[in-house]
Amino acid sequence: MKTLRSLGLAAILALAAGPAHAQWSDGTIKIGVLTDMSSLYTDLSGAGSVLAARFAVEDFGAAAKGMKVEIVNADHQNKADVGSTIARQWYDVDKVDVIVDTPNSGVALAVTEITREKNKVFLVSGAASSALTGAKCSANTVHWTYDTWALANGTGRAIVRTGGDTWYFLTADYAFGHQLEADTENVVKEMNGKVLGKVRHPLNSSDFSSFLLQAQASKAKIIGLANAGGDTVNSIKQAAEFGIVAGGQNLAGLLVFITDVHSLGLKTAQGLIFTEAWYWDANDTNRAFAARFSAANKGIHPTMIHAGVYSAVTHYLKSLEALKNDADGKAVVERMKATPTDDRLFGKGTIRADGRKIHDMYLFEVKKPEESKKPWDYYKLRATIPAAEAFRPIDKGDCPLVKKG
Amino acid sequence: MFELLGIPPQALFGQLLIGLINGSFYALLSLGLTVIFGLLNIINFCHGALYMMGAFVAWLALQHFGLGYWAALFIAPVVVGAFGIVLERTMLRRLYKLDHLYGLLLTFGIALIVEGVFRNEFGASGLPYVIPDSLTGARNLGFMVLPNYRAWVIALSLFVCLATWYVIERTKLGAYLRAATENPTLVQAFGINVPRMITLTYGFGVGLAALAGVLAAPIYQVSPLMGSNLIIVVFAVVVIGGMGSIMGSIVTGFLLGLIEGLTKVFYPEASATVIFVILALVLLWRPQGLFGRRS
Amino acid sequence: MAAPPVTRSDTSFRTQAIVFAIMAVALAAAPAAIYPVFLMKAMCFALFACAFNLLIGYVGLLSFGHAAFFGMASYVAAHAAKVWGLPPELAILAGTAAAGGIGAVFGAIAIRRQGIYFAMITLALSQMVYFFCLQAPFTGGEDGIQAVPLGNMFGVLDLKDTTTLYAVVLAIFLGGFLFIYRVIHSPFGQVLKAIRENEPRAISLGYSVDRYKLIAFVLSSSLAGLAGATKALVVQLASLTDVHWSMSGEVVLMTLLGGLGTVFGPVVGAVVIIAMQNYLAQLGSWLTIAQGVIFVVCVLAFRRGIVGELGRLMGKRL
Repeated sequence: MKTLRSLGLAAILALAAGPAHAQWSDGTIKIGVLTDMSSLYTDLSGAGSVLAARFAVEDFGAAAKGMKVEIVNADHQNKADVGSTIARQWYDVDKVDVIVDTPNSGVALAVTEITREKNKVFLVSGAASSALTGAKCSANTVHWTYDTWALANGTGRAIVRTGGDTWYFLTADYAFGHQLEADTENVVKEMNGKVLGKVRHPLNSSDFSSFLLQAQASKAKIIGLANAGGDTVNSIKQAAEFGIVAGGQNLAGLLVFITDVHSLGLKTAQGLIFTEAWYWDANDTNRAFAARFSAANKGIHPTMIHAGVYSAVTHYLKSLEALKNDADGKAVVERMKATPTDDRLFGKGTIRADGRKIHDMYLFEVKKPEESKKPWDYYKLRATIPAAEAFRPIDKGDCPLVKKG
Repeated sequence: MFELLGIPPQALFGQLLIGLINGSFYALLSLGLTVIFGLLNIINFCHGALYMMGAFVAWLALQHFGLGYWAALFIAPVVVGAFGIVLERTMLRRLYKLDHLYGLLLTFGIALIVEGVFRNEFGASGLPYVIPDSLTGARNLGFMVLPNYRAWVIALSLFVCLATWYVIERTKLGAYLRAATENPTLVQAFGINVPRMITLTYGFGVGLAALAGVLAAPIYQVSPLMGSNLIIVVFAVVVIGGMGSIMGSIVTGFLLGLIEGLTKVFYPEASATVIFVILALVLLWRPQGLFGRRS
Repeated sequence: MAAPPVTRSDTSFRTQAIVFAIMAVALAAAPAAIYPVFLMKAMCFALFACAFNLLIGYVGLLSFGHAAFFGMASYVAAHAAKVWGLPPELAILAGTAAAGGIGAVFGAIAIRRQGIYFAMITLALSQMVYFFCLQAPFTGGEDGIQAVPLGNMFGVLDLKDTTTLYAVVLAIFLGGFLFIYRVIHSPFGQVLKAIRENEPRAISLGYSVDRYKLIAFVLSSSLAGLAGATKALVVQLASLTDVHWSMSGEVVLMTLLGGLGTVFGPVVGAVVIIAMQNYLAQLGSWLTIAQGVIFVVCVLAFRRGIVGELGRLMGKRL
């Protein structure tokens, strides 16, 4: 017993005298990946996000730098109360220092509040709501990959510019859909486009033909799909069936992931235009990452959310390395904002005062089946939206952290 | 925006036709439920999961055995029907003498297991299944463009529904079935193997669900979640029609499809709720359902 | 006066009192070993399941719409605390009252139906409540009402302190539990059981069955509301999950697993299910499968549920 205790003591001493002289609360940096592992968002985040976080830790060489990093993960089941209980427990009991990913805006907003209360760090990759860096922003949260404003802006602007100036919206009837619709509508109107009408369908509808016929009757050039996941996939599929695209109208997916395109198949999805933050086939480093990722993830290629998790964790670890202390979440986020970001997937970028990570966004078009040369070869780049224009101007978000000048 | 009077009658016609198509899924599914309820007294909550399974069998047959849509129309009901028979033999059989509640709970559990397994295996975002070549394209009816595939769905499901009704209500086999519902002991005494008849009925009922699943595969995503949202709607359809009434469930299925279609035009947000409003109203006015007999 | 002979129900009462005392002490001591927020949540669901059990276990009515009371109460409580700035005790009261009010309406419509029709009509009504919650602006759609303030209960108890909050939730749970116990064992409760066993007979004995059922329904919905309102404060948010029909299914699962019509069953069932959701959260979809297996095993092998089977082994009613 005595020897055991002295052994433990020796270990603690050894850690304290480690090369970095860092102050890790409880000796380890603990990353909690809180995501959807059983439902709607499993494929686009889920286990892949855990994998991406693990790659980031390995590539950072945490062990060699004397940083002991541990990753835990849990399924929030898309329930805000389950997510918030897990988050609380992670912070209070399991000594988790940072929560990452968290698709589903409702859960992400709940975790933001808890993270603020416990003064930890929350790195959002999966959730879309631009409220996370707007009215609900927090000094402990960084919103990494994308948000509703960026998607609406990128896709809306590009389409109106190329002549798609009359719109009809197919909107999922919940806060996220409304926001996506409103953000896009603003862009369209700002560019002198017209919104001819909109129809709001219940979440998780299976049949869209009725809504599509209404959209068809409106004679709008563009049918904007302000929905997500299965709803988007089914609307696109049924639009093809009813000959909407063949009849001269075009679909604009406002939130589409590569896993959705994979699930639709190119034959149905071809020609679809949308905005994303990252594509696996854009360059060699991305391709290398995708190869390693898909080998460990049932062949599913990484989405922008996975890449965002990788990038966010990398920057977090870098900031900790410099700061040598992980106890004060606010200070960590401040440090993250003060240092420009640079990682192999997202390249160089910055984090704004309101917690918004800034980088280029890309406008993609889905390839025709005959253009696709290999598995998951789905996108061609239509335009790059430069970082400066890609996200909502900092003074337009009503974030209390931003001082009005 | 659409207003009540702002809709040209042609557009309305199109919407009604669409409603009818959705109604044909409701009718097929509720028919299976009601046949099972009528004979087994089991409220088959895993019907949605088996519908999903039917779609997956079609997808797997295509992926792994190269068997196309037409083959799947036969294979899926048979495979899922066989699965149903195993369920009936091993589990449901023990519950016939108990309250309805237990059958409902057991099948609810089975639904969770089946959906969980498929989600684990195939992910949640769904898989594509293309419309067979011979049914692609669409014809212009003047007031709307009707995809050929949808026309096929409506025709086949009408045929299957009416054939089922005919067999049960107008043939000798159906007479045995109905008699067995009323008095199994007596029918047994006539030398008819009632337990086997019950087993096969369950297999047939879930086979119908699988058939609906195959029909749905090219329209919707083949996804593990496709059945879970549908099941309580179909459930409502059965109760509105009158539990155990074959014609009731067929007519109500199509009727509710129509009503839902209209709601999608006039108050789209409520289109997922309208069926429950009708359910509450019907149960207040006619507790036994529209076509049910008072017990 | 000579002591009356010890009857079976007396020994049951004694056992129940002992079990209750053990439960109370264990819950009071548990935060030392188990994460208190989890325990508080589990207690809220336990109370919810007990309220549900009052209907199914003692009146024989399967409600498939109890999520409406639970969820609506948590919305009202969260809204009262956050927007109206009411102190927690009034927020909880407002939530409970709202649930009781909806319960009275549901009850008035539903109690004339039995069995599956009763289940379906409660499901239909609760779907309408769900639709209302989705559409009404005050609920915040799928984002829910976030960051519900905790405040001071009765002006003195600072709920931001976890220990105080825990004590309050424990008191609410035990109070609700005892209230239900009292109801079940009152003459009123005896009439309910008579209705469950043989309704026509109860009618012929001159009981106005509908009134008894309605009162039971309102009690059950109010207590479900109390649980939901308390939960809104514990997790500091109210969301659509709590009004969704799958929540109605979950409470059936809890009650069935613990034991229909047993006093302690719903508590055990709720704790097991919530613990699974919490501690097995990294399992993903295997968790759904596990829940399904529990359902199947319960129905096939343990229809009395955990507590019911234990009680049978011990020869006591628990």
